[in-house]
Amino acid sequence: MKGLLMSKRLILPLLIAATVSACATKTKDLPPQPVSEAAPPPATPTAPADSGGMAAPEPVGNSNVPGSYADFVAQSGSDKILFEYDSYELDEEDRAVLGKQAEWLARYPALKVTIEGHADERGTREYNLALGDRRATAAKNFLAAQGVATSRLSVISYGKERPAVEGADEAALAQNRRAVTVIAGAR
Amino acid sequence: MRILLAPLLAALAATPAAAQLRVDINSGIAQPLPIAVPAFPAANDAATDAGTPAELGARIAAVIAADLKSSGLFRPLDPAAFTTVVGVADTVRPQFDAWRTVAAQALVTGTVSANPDGGITLACYGYDVFAGQELARQGFVTTAAGWRRAAHKCADLVYSRLTGESGYFDSRIVYVSETGARTKRIKRLAVMDQDGANHRFLTAGQALVLTPRFAPNQQTITYMSFEANRPRVWLYTLGSGRQAAIGEFAGMSFAPRFSPDGTTLVFSMSVGGNTDVYKLNLASRALTRLTTQPGIDTSPSFSPDGSRIVFESDRGGSQQLYVMAADGSGQNRVSFGEGRSASPVWSPRGDLIAFTRIGGGRFGIGVMRPDGSGERLLTNGYQDEGATWSPNGRVILFQRTMRGGRTDLRSVDVSGQNERQVPTPLDGSDPAWSPLLP
Repeated sequence: MKGLLMSKRLILPLLIAATVSACATKTKDLPPQPVSEAAPPPATPTAPADSGGMAAPEPVGNSNVPGSYADFVAQSGSDKILFEYDSYELDEEDRAVLGKQAEWLARYPALKVTIEGHADERGTREYNLALGDRRATAAKNFLAAQGVATSRLSVISYGKERPAVEGADEAALAQNRRAVTVIAGAR
Repeated sequence: MRILLAPLLAALAATPAAAQLRVDINSGIAQPLPIAVPAFPAANDAATDAGTPAELGARIAAVIAADLKSSGLFRPLDPAAFTTVVGVADTVRPQFDAWRTVAAQALVTGTVSANPDGGITLACYGYDVFAGQELARQGFVTTAAGWRRAAHKCADLVYSRLTGESGYFDSRIVYVSETGARTKRIKRLAVMDQDGANHRFLTAGQALVLTPRFAPNQQTITYMSFEANRPRVWLYTLGSGRQAAIGEFAGMSFAPRFSPDGTTLVFSMSVGGNTDVYKLNLASRALTRLTTQPGIDTSPSFSPDGSRIVFESDRGGSQQLYVMAADGSGQNRVSFGEGRSASPVWSPRGDLIAFTRIGGGRFGIGVMRPDGSGERLLTNGYQDEGATWSPNGRVILFQRTMRGGRTDLRSVDVSGQNERQVPTPLDGSDPAWSPLLP
């Protein structure tokens, strides 16, 4: 019980900081994502061990908490990259975002990363699971090539099971064909 | 809980010589066969936990009529359309003249009696009304709670005698029950009888679950679960409710199916962005990689004799169907139709492979012979997928997702006729039909 309370105390200010900054920061041409969309549902409360690399955050003026999730998104431009239909190729824009993600990750070597691969609904269930794995792996391989240790990188595919947005028009489908870089312990 | 349905061969003598009446299930059914299924009379009046024999007799007749109607091959007469009251003696000596006057061509009747142990005995008879001949008879002993299964057995007997095919009504469906916003859909495993009765949830919904499939003995279900954010193949034991992952593997494991003898699982695993087909011996835990091509090899399904596996691969550039020997040798593409072909599943009869056809912005269910010939599309929707075969290989169940909206279960005859919605309490997807129950 005590441990849970302590970690809550530690995380709450971070969450508030993330919320404020995410609202203030408009990410390029994409519509701003609500914070609850950008952050995956926490499977388990953040383990205290994970916060070791980012202990004692010191808010600096108006900017994001260094090492926080909001800081990651702000510095990288986005936590996600988008794909063409049935493709797992990284275009120039994707590589630019991933490159900045890799730079940021180099500054916080204790943080681990899970890359979530997703597909739109216009594919069969099992193929889309494999396609999501391809997309997440493409992003992982790029980050690794930029120097992020593979021991820090893991992938998970959700296939078409967890779209980012509802709807079946091309704009919605395009938002759902994505790979999202999730920082463990920095929400 | 196991239900015993022991055939009472001694009490009910053997089926008499062949009669003329027959339902041709291959040549498109223009006119379903008119059939009378009056309430079954009670042979005694002792009460059971499920009701009196007379009450059960009325419910059993209704279940049999609904089964036969759902096949699209029969048209049960509205009970209001006939006034004939069936007594116990009429079940072995039917009033054929009365049934002829209401244009019934076949008659299903029988008796229900309560047994001293609290169970029931259902005696089931089928008749050719115009020839005035008996077609089939069989008795079933079961618990009172098992009355629906006895009714399905009786419907299967009549269906089988009139079509020449084995029945499929005494069977179950496992599927994924869906609810909630699509961005955070809650999915649960659920089982129900083939007609939607006895619906039961198996999992609580905390973990995302996909693609359940029955073991040949119907006691185990294999499926994929995202439990603990580790997507992999699991087994669910129906009797105990026990759930267990099949093992620790290097990557995501998914798309599982049992071999026809139940000893082996075949599934996909993704390692380093490459998805291949593997098989796992459940006793020895020996894992064998069956495909090695770069690309996505998934949705494996055994032929009913266990000698071959059909799967989909995009090794040629887009999703197409391939067949290989069960040891992975001799991989050959079999689908050459327009668009993509995906998610194959081998018919329990062995004669056809059902699959999802993707093309022209539509997803439909099709069938082809195992060599790829004779391709026919049976359905055409915004997104139809996830085909599964009835135990006799005559009916295909699948899921239909509407554009940006709901998803439900549908069935269609292998002829392409008789497309029907299968009602479920919530949305439904990933159906899998069990073998015929013992």
